[in-house]
Amino acid sequence: MAFVQNVPFFSIILSMFSGIVSSVLPEKQAKWLNTAVITLVGAMSAWLLSYLLEVGGSFTFMMGHFPAPWGNEIRAGALEALMALIFSIIMLLSLLGGRKKLKDEVEITKHNIYYILTDLLLSSLLALIYTNDLFTAYVFVEINTISACGLIMIRQNGRTIEAAVRYMIMSLLGSGLLLMGICMLYDLTGHLLMSNIKESVQQIMAEGSYRVPMLITIGLITVGLSIKSALFPFHAWLPDAYGYSTVSSAAMLSSLVSKGYIFLLIKIFYRVIGIDIIRNSNILNVLFVFGLCAMIFGSVSAIWENDIRRMISFSSVAQIGYIYMGFGLGTEAGMVASVFHILMHAATKSMLFISAIGLTDVSNGSRHFAELTGSGYRNKIAGIGFTVGSLSMVGIPCFAGFVSKILFAQAAVANNAPVKIFPTVIVLAISTILNAVYFLKTVIRIYVPEDPAFEKQQGYLFFQISRQKLYGLTIICFIALNLVLGMMSQPIVHIIEIGLQNFS
Amino acid sequence: MEKIREEKDMNESRQEENKKPTVYRIWRALKGQSEEKAEELTLEREQILDEKVLEKHRLDHEKMLEKTYDIEHNPIYGFFRRFYKVAGVLCCLALIIILLVQVSYLPPVGSSSNPGSNEVAAKYIEDGLQDTGAVNIVTGMILDYRAFDTFGESNVLFIATCTVLILLRNDKKKGKDSAEAEERRDSYYEPKNDVILQTITKVLVPIIFIFGIYVILNGHLSPGGGFSGGAIIGAGLILYLNAFGFQKIERFFTEKTYKWVSFGSLTFYCLAKSYSFYTGAHHLESGIPLGKAGAIISSGLILPLNICVGLVVACTMYAFFALFRKGGF
Amino acid sequence: MLLFGANFISNIGEEVAMVLFGIGFANLLFQKNLIKKIIGLNIMDSSVYLFLAEKGYIEGRLAPIVVNGIQDVNTYINPIPSGLVLTGIVVSVSVTALMLSLTVRLYRRYHTLDLDEISARLKKEGL
Repeated sequence: MAFVQNVPFFSIILSMFSGIVSSVLPEKQAKWLNTAVITLVGAMSAWLLSYLLEVGGSFTFMMGHFPAPWGNEIRAGALEALMALIFSIIMLLSLLGGRKKLKDEVEITKHNIYYILTDLLLSSLLALIYTNDLFTAYVFVEINTISACGLIMIRQNGRTIEAAVRYMIMSLLGSGLLLMGICMLYDLTGHLLMSNIKESVQQIMAEGSYRVPMLITIGLITVGLSIKSALFPFHAWLPDAYGYSTVSSAAMLSSLVSKGYIFLLIKIFYRVIGIDIIRNSNILNVLFVFGLCAMIFGSVSAIWENDIRRMISFSSVAQIGYIYMGFGLGTEAGMVASVFHILMHAATKSMLFISAIGLTDVSNGSRHFAELTGSGYRNKIAGIGFTVGSLSMVGIPCFAGFVSKILFAQAAVANNAPVKIFPTVIVLAISTILNAVYFLKTVIRIYVPEDPAFEKQQGYLFFQISRQKLYGLTIICFIALNLVLGMMSQPIVHIIEIGLQNFS
Repeated sequence: MEKIREEKDMNESRQEENKKPTVYRIWRALKGQSEEKAEELTLEREQILDEKVLEKHRLDHEKMLEKTYDIEHNPIYGFFRRFYKVAGVLCCLALIIILLVQVSYLPPVGSSSNPGSNEVAAKYIEDGLQDTGAVNIVTGMILDYRAFDTFGESNVLFIATCTVLILLRNDKKKGKDSAEAEERRDSYYEPKNDVILQTITKVLVPIIFIFGIYVILNGHLSPGGGFSGGAIIGAGLILYLNAFGFQKIERFFTEKTYKWVSFGSLTFYCLAKSYSFYTGAHHLESGIPLGKAGAIISSGLILPLNICVGLVVACTMYAFFALFRKGGF
Repeated sequence: MLLFGANFISNIGEEVAMVLFGIGFANLLFQKNLIKKIIGLNIMDSSVYLFLAEKGYIEGRLAPIVVNGIQDVNTYINPIPSGLVLTGIVVSVSVTALMLSLTVRLYRRYHTLDLDEISARLKKEGL
């Protein structure tokens, strides 16, 4: 076994261990340990990705002395390594971008708990990406939920605690359904390892013995994970949670937390049930309809908002609708488009949140649009970041969002179910126009020059790059990531296609 | 006078223009002819400097907020609440009926030919004692075959404690208030010295601790294990705290104890299990002896792991209680 | 009656577990009082444990602790669901502790346990 094949195991254990160690460290050392661990995990994932692209296929790693149906195992392929790499890059950039603000928003004694939560969030994301066992996935889903709740409420004003309560209630409903689904799946098949469950499921569907309970079980698991990732009717907690938490928390929550659950859902579709059975049932059609509703509803709600961070949160609701619509198309191309959209959205949404905090900082901390007029001139780098993010979300060519929209449109048009072509293309068009309305409106507003006398009267600070080098560097890295995803997307799409082929 | 007449003329001509049909106006605009010059619109900021006007604005704003967020008398909200109740009950009935239908198709309970009794369960029962050294097959399963799940579960407990620490820990610096204020605040949490409670506690707490330690140590030989034993010891600590108060328990259990015991146990668990996973994946021998089946010192790593888990659970239970009661240790 | 499958009577314990799951789910979602929501969460989790306990049972066999050195497959019940229940209980305890501490914090600030009232008050304060 090559040494590089230890990377998934090392990444998970290292992040958990650093979380445990941070509980006794003072704040400064916890911060450095956190940064070091995330950088190391990113570097190792890049190494693993290059190895897997050379060798091809995927490998399993036994967690313990006993092989597959009796012990745990984790499995890594090209797609998993790519997701791990991009997630760790985004987590690192989100933490660096919000670091200076953290001192104002969180009490100094609670900083090391913040870093513990971040470490355990990273470890649970990695475990969800690499796991090959269904019950391990459930345990790490719970760790993910609790650490996300901690990230929301670490700011401890009334709004965040109420948002955390709403988030926990919806999340626990999803967890309950997921656990019940997993128990029933164990009952019907007798296995907990994903590959073994798949053989049993195919045997059951071929014989026709437990057909009805199998379909209801798949439905339970899908509904549970959709509730947790904030699909359309279950998104009520999202604007409050993302809108009022700390900056790094909002960036990490919107890009990473929901995506972990969606990736687990993709894994269950491919590796546990088998994508053919899923395509023959009607579950994908239900997800398709809800995805379309989410795209329209999220954009319409964002237009009505008067607060910049809530507007960006509602845009998240719409983007999650895009991903589910991609599932619902039911073809391989649709799935590739969804996975690319996960990466694009993760990279862009965190950039939007980090830029938004830069803009509100130079407007006396106010988040309403009336006070944000002209903030693009007061804080140039945040203005550029916000513009790049908005253009990417709308779908202007040369940015990442354009590539994902093209992939969706191609997948829709090449579909073999003609009844899905028209709604998809029409809703894509409408939602692009709606995105343009609220994002470009904001971009125009931040670049309308404000009266200098008024600025002095309100006491707006100007942004000085010398004092916030880290923030400027973060935004430049984000813009670079976005341009890489937009202009050099072909290799990445190719990796996703290969990864999905090896995924089952 | 002339200015007023000019304005009146302009107003009249503008009103006449507005009466002409829209299509005509659009056509004229397309051809490039604009309407009669209306006054220039300028955006100016309202300069309110008067105190009384500001006060009136504030009162108006408050009255408006009262009226907008008045849930009791809002008709739309009342309709929504009734609709929500009915829809809620219907949804839950639908869920229960779906689940009942689902269960009626599942394999029958208690039969020996269920899909669950397959080669996985067979190997655990037949080879469990030889592979893990544990007489209790379930303990062998969760701490050896499927140890990664249990590791994740300990981390769930750890992170839940961290979040409760964020919310409930009182971080007031020690020297800020005067000594008397601190004394008064601390004495609020001390118990009244109840004779019955204290006498019974003096007898029961040692028995509870010994029983908890027994359950932890016998995890691999009989029903028990780290989680149950840890909960028992935690309950003993809470009983002692309730009877004797925070000052007495600080003689042997302070915040430092809690921090270092948790850290030590979880670190040992992490390192031991990483060694086990690493050697297992590379097909190396783990080198830890399994001992004689049925003895207390046996089953390789399972006994130390049970002790670690027991300590962590006991500290966590006590920490939850102390944080809820006082906001600190 | 036509909807139901063959094993309705023999799985009666699991049917009870499903009814409890539905009751817990409804309480968690629709109750106004926060403490009652948490009680609903616990009922929901307990029903999952009941379901798993029923699943492992095989008639006429012993608990999975090796007695007298007998390691025959037909002597013991299925040990896997018991392991799943252990993990589930720990997760349930942790989540309940977290929810209760959130409730305590909200109560100290707003002196009410009704989540809708807290939302309305927050919107009014205009934070």
